[in-house]
Amino acid sequence: MTIASMARKYEPRTLPEGPRVATTAMIASLAAEGYESVSAPFGHALVDLATSDDRVVGMSADLAKYTDMHILANAMPERFYQMGMAEQLLMSAAAGMAREGFLPFATTYAVFASRRAYDFIAMAIAEENLPVKICCALPGLTTGYGPSHQATEDLAIFRGLPNMVLIDPCDATDVVGMVPAMAAHDGPVYARLPRGKVPEVLRRHKPDYRFELGRAQMIREGGDVLVIASGLMTMRALDAAEKLAADNIGVAVLHVPTIKPLDRATILAEAARGGRLVVTAENHTVIGGLGEAVAGTLLQAGVTPQFRMIGLPDAFLEAGGLPTLHDMYGLSVDRVAEAIRGWL
Amino acid sequence: MTATMRPAQGSNISLARRAWEIRRKALRMGQVQGQGYIGQALGVADVLAVAYFHAMDYRPEDPEWEGRDRFLLSIGHYAIALYAVLIEAGILPEDELETYGMDDSRMPMSGMASYTPGMEITGGSLGHGLGIAVGMAMGLKRKKNPAFVINLMSDGELGEGSTWEAAMSASAQGLDNLICIIDFNDQQADGPSTQVLSSEPLPEKWQAFGWFTQRVDGNDIDAVRAAFDAARAHPGPQPRAIIFDTVMCRGVPFLEAREITHFVRVEADEWDKALAVLDEGKPL
Repeated sequence: MTIASMARKYEPRTLPEGPRVATTAMIASLAAEGYESVSAPFGHALVDLATSDDRVVGMSADLAKYTDMHILANAMPERFYQMGMAEQLLMSAAAGMAREGFLPFATTYAVFASRRAYDFIAMAIAEENLPVKICCALPGLTTGYGPSHQATEDLAIFRGLPNMVLIDPCDATDVVGMVPAMAAHDGPVYARLPRGKVPEVLRRHKPDYRFELGRAQMIREGGDVLVIASGLMTMRALDAAEKLAADNIGVAVLHVPTIKPLDRATILAEAARGGRLVVTAENHTVIGGLGEAVAGTLLQAGVTPQFRMIGLPDAFLEAGGLPTLHDMYGLSVDRVAEAIRGWL
Repeated sequence: MTATMRPAQGSNISLARRAWEIRRKALRMGQVQGQGYIGQALGVADVLAVAYFHAMDYRPEDPEWEGRDRFLLSIGHYAIALYAVLIEAGILPEDELETYGMDDSRMPMSGMASYTPGMEITGGSLGHGLGIAVGMAMGLKRKKNPAFVINLMSDGELGEGSTWEAAMSASAQGLDNLICIIDFNDQQADGPSTQVLSSEPLPEKWQAFGWFTQRVDGNDIDAVRAAFDAARAHPGPQPRAIIFDTVMCRGVPFLEAREITHFVRVEADEWDKALAVLDEGKPL
C-alpha cells in the first residue's frame, strides 16, 4: 500500500536543463551576496565572554563543530563539556550547571532543541527561570536537508513558554552583541544561530547599529511600506527595499531581533505612522511566529493598517539547494520584492 | 569520600524511629488530604531515613548551605514522603503538615523547587532528575566542592530514555560524586514495572553503563545504611547506583496486603486505623 503523501517517490525524474543546483550542505554558511562576512562570530564572542566571566561554560550535544562552539572548545577546553548526542541530557545538565551558579551556553540544532528536548527546556530550565542560554543553528529554512533539519516552527514552540526570551539575529553584529546580552539577562534565552561565515548586514545600512535585547530598531526609512522583520529576513527585506527603491517604492525596514518579549511600543508607533502597508517577514512558518505576534499587537491596540505576512507555509518543506528553496517558498530577495509590489 | 561527622549522626534517635516518624507524618498528610501516594511514602521511608539521618550532610537551618549534599526528588509525586522527612529533619515546620495539598501550601501534591525549602528541583515530569543531577555534579566538581548529589528516582522512570542518556554521560564524565538511588517497588501506573518494560536485569544494566552498582532490600535499615556507606566510600571514579527493593505500604500490614496499585486507595475511616497499626510498632 502506498501512502498518498509518498506516491511521488515512484515518479521518475529527468536531469533538468540548465545549471544544476546541488543540495546545500549543513556545514555551509548562508550565502549573502554583496555582504562582507565574519567567521564564527558566536564562537569568538563566547570566548570573549568566557574570558571576562568565570561562570560561563559551553556545552553541546555532539554539534560543537556545527554551532561554532568548537572555537570555545579549542581555545578554552576546560570550559567546554561534550554531552554527546543526547539533547534531553544537554538541557537537563545545563539546568544543573545553572543551579550550581554557572552560566551555560548550550548548543545543538534548532530542530533538536525545540522538538526533542522541549519538556526538559520547559520544566528543568524555564519553569525554574534558570539562566541557561540555548543557541541553535539551522533555524527556519537554512538547510536543504528537509524537515528533519529545518526548524520551521521553533519560535512558535518556544513563544508559548513562560520566562523564555527569544532572539532571531540577522547578522554577525547581532550575534556578537547578543552573546553578552544573553549573559546579562537573568533567565533562560533561546537564540537562533547563524554560524560559519556570517554576513555583516545591519551596519552597512545603519553604521551605528548595535544589538539591544528587547529592542526593535529602524534600519531603513521609507514612505510606502513598513517591513517588520527578524533574522535572515531583515537582510532579505533590506535587499528587496533597494530593488523597490529603483521603482520609486519607499520601503522602511524595522528589525525585530527579539521575538519575545516583543518591542510592542516601537512596532505600534511605526505601524501607526503615515498609512504605510505593513508587511512582516520571517524565516519561520507563518503560524505562531513574528507575523502573528505583530498582528496580535496591532489589533489589540486598534492599529489596523493594511497588513500582510511573508513567511514559510504551514507545510513540511522540500529538500534541495537553498537558493531554489528560498525562491520556492518566497524568502528570496526577488520573491519578497515581487510580493510587496503585488500588494501595493 | 568524606570522614566528617554528619549532624544527624550525633543523635540518639534510631534510624528505625526516624523511619517510623516519616511514615507517621506521611499518613497524617494523607489523612488531611484524603488521598496521596501513601504506598510509595511508606515503602521508601527507610531509605529516606538513612539518607537524611545517616548519609547526608546538610544544615536544617540553612537549606541552601553551599556544602550540603544535594537530594533531588525526580519523582515529584513522592513529595509526600519528602515533606515528611523534611519536617522530621527540621527543615519544614511540623505545624505546616496539615496544609499538605491545600491552596497556598508550601507542600503541593507534586514536588516543586519554588514551593518548598529543601526541594532542590521540580520533579514530576519523569526522567528529569538524573540529567539535572549530572549537571549539578559537574558543577560541584568545577567548584571543587566535595558534596554529593543524590537523585531519587522510581523504577518507572527507567523507561524514560533520558535516564539512560544521563547514565552514559555520568560515567563518561567520571561523576564519582553522584549517587542515583532507585526505589524499586515494581509498580507503575499501568502495572508491574518488570512487565511494562523489561527493566531487569537491572544491576547489570547500570554496571554496563559504567556505574558502581548495588542492590539491597530497601526496607532493611542496616542494609540501606551499608549501601549508602559503600556508595560514598567507593574509591573508583564511577558514579554510584543503588537499587532499593521496597515494599509498597510497608509498615501498615493491612494496606500491604491490599491489592497494590500505583495509587493506593485508602478509605476515609482507614487513616486512623493505619495510624493505630503503625503506633503499635513504634520503635524506641
